Amino acid sequence: MTDQTPMTATDWTTGAEAIVYQVCNACGSIQYFRRRFCCKCGSLDLKVERASGNGTVYATSLVTRAATPETRAHVPYNIVLVDTTEGFRMMAHGDNDLAIGDKVTAKFTKFTDRLVPYFERTKA
Amino acid sequence: MSFITGVGLTAYGKHEGSSTLDLMSTAAQLAITDAGLKRSEIDGLLCGYSTTMPHIMLATVFAEHFGIQPAYCHAVQVGGATGMAMAMLAHHVVEAGLAKHVLVVGGENRLTGQSRDASIQALAQVGHPVYEVPLGPTIPAYYGLVASRYMHEYGVTEEDLAELAVLMRDHAITHPGAQFHEKITVADVMASKPVSSPLKLLDCCPVSDGGAAFVVSRDRTGEVGVRVLGCAQAHTHQHVTAAPALSELGAEIAIARARAATGIAISDVRYAAVYDSFTITLAMLLEDLGLAKRGEAAPLARSGHFGRDGAMPLNTHGGLLSYGHCGVGGAMAHLVETHLQMTGRAGNRQVKDASVALLHGDGGVLSSHVSMFLERVR
Repeated sequence: MTDQTPMTATDWTTGAEAIVYQVCNACGSIQYFRRRFCCKCGSLDLKVERASGNGTVYATSLVTRAATPETRAHVPYNIVLVDTTEGFRMMAHGDNDLAIGDKVTAKFTKFTDRLVPYFERTKA
Repeated sequence: MSFITGVGLTAYGKHEGSSTLDLMSTAAQLAITDAGLKRSEIDGLLCGYSTTMPHIMLATVFAEHFGIQPAYCHAVQVGGATGMAMAMLAHHVVEAGLAKHVLVVGGENRLTGQSRDASIQALAQVGHPVYEVPLGPTIPAYYGLVASRYMHEYGVTEEDLAELAVLMRDHAITHPGAQFHEKITVADVMASKPVSSPLKLLDCCPVSDGGAAFVVSRDRTGEVGVRVLGCAQAHTHQHVTAAPALSELGAEIAIARARAATGIAISDVRYAAVYDSFTITLAMLLEDLGLAKRGEAAPLARSGHFGRDGAMPLNTHGGLLSYGHCGVGGAMAHLVETHLQMTGRAGNRQVKDASVALLHGDGGVLSSHVSMFLERVR
């Protein structure tokens, strides 16, 4: 994935089965939200890395009241914040019974008409 | 120096047929009359935004509609913190000599002007458009995430959070303008419909129509003055994914700055007005501000500490949770109620001593914070 440029890298947000993040070649900071620059030091020298999909559950909220007909078809769905082993936090879906602290691994699933990351407990 | 010289507040709930400008106008006129001023004396105007009437120049639209030509005028947008951010800005505008009387106004027909779905959807857009919104979160989901973590770290339970909904309802019952007047219990909150765990329907503020306004002036116009002692802000993130650790959230930073600016200690405070979009918001802010020790907001609420006759009366009008939430006006009602308390005009809700008040607003997902201290002067 390192051949992809910071702003054109494909990942789940563009319909590809991948979670990617940016690493600053100048200061070493990492960031999940895609930008043209490092938000710590301002450097334009970024590379794109592909995340392993492994992490730990930081927070969860099971949505039972959705706001659109498209999302309502999926309730209940579990919104989770996961701290990835690479060091960034991300929002995703996950199994409904996930608990804070659980070790999890990402797969991908369809939600409305979109591909989204979906975390399950890591199999031993 | 600046004073809050007048306040105005409509009932919250349904105002069938009233527009954003109608509700803003009603509240504005009430505040100007309360200050003992004429419309022509208003030379500054600040307003927020309206989800039912999006406009790039809402402040001048309102000024023209209301019939004033201010020397200083624009809109402010900081989500739920907008009302307190406008109070802070009005204070500084007056102190800088840019205007003598700044009218601050918020109002919206958020309940009857659109479907509840449309309202929930519009608000969910505070999430990240690429990395969060496609996952279908709602505002209760963003706060549900925070709640799950807070409960995990500090041993707070769903029953604890429910205490704060019960408290706000008890207060709303004593205010004729509140949206809800039926008593609720912890069991009622626990049995209410799940929305986004751990938050249930009665953990969430309603969607309301309503309007609120106040006037900030260089000199007091009434016998009792309500002086702005000082205020401060903190902004740590926008999206919940990018929020710092619970121990590093903006409320603690804003209150520390406000305390440093004024020399006021929490032990000096006699009345509290704290943003309460959800029960978890109120629990966290009370503890972050130092009005309760960590994990103790609920036990204190249960003991009557935050009641009308308690040591620290809190949101005696019923807060967002039970007076109602019409957007920008929502948290401005907290300031209106504080003013009534400080000037001894709160009727059957009047507390014994509201000589020093702490107000705190929060916008986004605990993203933007404004703390302010007010003092009564005779």
